[in-house]
Amino acid sequence: MASNIGHTAADREFLAAAAQVCADCAGTIDDDSLEAWPDYFTDDCLYRVETREGRANGWAIGLMHCEGRGMLRDRVLAIRHGNVFDPHTYRHVLSQPRFAPAPATEAAGQRGTELASARRVLTSFNVTRVMKTGEMTLFAVGTYDDRFVEADGRLLIRERTVVLDSRNLDTLLVIPL
Amino acid sequence: MNTPSPVETDGLFRWPDEGLARVPFRVYNDPQIAEAEQKRLFQGETWNLVCLDLEVAEPGQYRTNWIGDTPVIVVRDPVADRIRVFVNRCVHRGSMLCLEQHGKAENFTCMYHNWVYSLDGKLQSIAFKRGVRGQGGMPSDFDITQHGLRELRVDTIRNLVFATFSDRLPPVRDWFGPRMVWSLERFFHKPIRLIGGYTQVLPNNWKLYAENVRDSYHASLLHTFFATFGLNRLSMDGAVEVNEAGGSHLSWSKMATDDAEGTDYASGGLRSMRDLAIEDRRLLKTWPEFEDGITHMIQTLFPNVFLQQIQNTLAVRLLVPRGLDRCDLQWWVFAYEDDTPEQLRMRLMQSNLVGPAGLVSLEDGFIGNAVQRTTRGDQGHGAIVEMGGHGVTTERQSRVSEAAVRGFWQQWRGLMGF
Repeated sequence: MASNIGHTAADREFLAAAAQVCADCAGTIDDDSLEAWPDYFTDDCLYRVETREGRANGWAIGLMHCEGRGMLRDRVLAIRHGNVFDPHTYRHVLSQPRFAPAPATEAAGQRGTELASARRVLTSFNVTRVMKTGEMTLFAVGTYDDRFVEADGRLLIRERTVVLDSRNLDTLLVIPL
Repeated sequence: MNTPSPVETDGLFRWPDEGLARVPFRVYNDPQIAEAEQKRLFQGETWNLVCLDLEVAEPGQYRTNWIGDTPVIVVRDPVADRIRVFVNRCVHRGSMLCLEQHGKAENFTCMYHNWVYSLDGKLQSIAFKRGVRGQGGMPSDFDITQHGLRELRVDTIRNLVFATFSDRLPPVRDWFGPRMVWSLERFFHKPIRLIGGYTQVLPNNWKLYAENVRDSYHASLLHTFFATFGLNRLSMDGAVEVNEAGGSHLSWSKMATDDAEGTDYASGGLRSMRDLAIEDRRLLKTWPEFEDGITHMIQTLFPNVFLQQIQNTLAVRLLVPRGLDRCDLQWWVFAYEDDTPEQLRMRLMQSNLVGPAGLVSLEDGFIGNAVQRTTRGDQGHGAIVEMGGHGVTTERQSRVSEAAVRGFWQQWRGLMGF
């Protein structure tokens, strides 16, 4: 693996912008402003939830697979009107984002010429689920594996794979992570 | 009724006089009943699913799992070239032998004191058996040939591997009966491959989920996604079939399939009364993959196995009790080896409808807890299970029936002695 040590100023600036997008996006979920959540994604986005085990095995099926912002909006519509569940909210705690380690074949020098936004950005998260009854549970731990693009001066998520560290999922997953 | 149960003879539990039409809430909450289930069901006269054969396809490949509270190892014995199942416990001090869920082994070595077992379960060697420099060690009359791993009987139907503690239970095909075997052979009519898997932790007694899957009455009532978005499909034909013992069932139907194009779904012509519609209908696209025209097949195998064909989503689920009010639902999501890329893609899109995050059925994850939390303190009352009558017979007329739920309790009571 090529090391990430020695980011350029442009890299640092990009990572700070990516961190802001991740924080704002998670904020829409935690604040129950779910209708705003799809706005952080591109029209042709991919949003997927899978497990670390599933990724290691190359399994096609994860827990959620949304292609395009329309499917994200459908998820929100289903939460609001279609599905029945015990009322609850999330609280995300996110790490600082980092670039995914580049493949070893890629020389560090070459990488310097690559656009930072074309690179995979990894952010760790903890999600606590808070039931309306007051019960709090550590619900999910994992990594956002993201690709961003810049469109009309805004940084948007083009691909987000939510990789859950555990194969266990407590009760159900209705609100996105 | 076989042996009288301690619970029963203590006068602590008696099934209500109404018979199968009432299920006492106590069965979900009583620790003595849960303890008795371990002996009489899971370690008793039942065949228990332990894994799919693909997980132990190669010599020495193993998979660990649970039969109730008992940890087991499923392994392909390279010498006999057959699947064996052992209790995953060193005979020495009871330490777990295999900690990994999957792996490949040449032998099983206990990490605690290095006792080594061959893959046929025989105890091969004991560390420091003769002590150190002639001092200590095991007594000379300790015979390692008498101390192998506890081995269970194994039987298979197609890709499913079952094990039992019982010496007298008939082979698995006879135990489940011809109609259940017919459906399993239909599910596994050609080579499969795994395309997904996870464990859903359910906050309820395992039997509440076992009932839920057998209850075809709740489907359109609890699960409102289709109705809300005006996506109700017309059912053309279907049935609830219960096997002779009662505890295993099939619920199948043939629905008008929507090839999306040219249907009311695609044109958005169907709207619910609330005028809500989903934007992207790609996840509704299906193809009729079984020649018999059955689009939905839910099968249960007593006590704790579930199979699904919901349109083109295929899965096996195994429910492992974890104490009174928790159970782990293991999912194997599968496809056929000869799937075209387009078919696999339709399975992928439809996967959004089922499972723990499934738009259509995610409610099944919490509904058991909705019962669990109201019944904990109630020893006197019970659930009403009379939809479709009082019997355990097959229903051709209507799937609005609780016949398979009653069937589950019939077999459960027989084995539990209640």
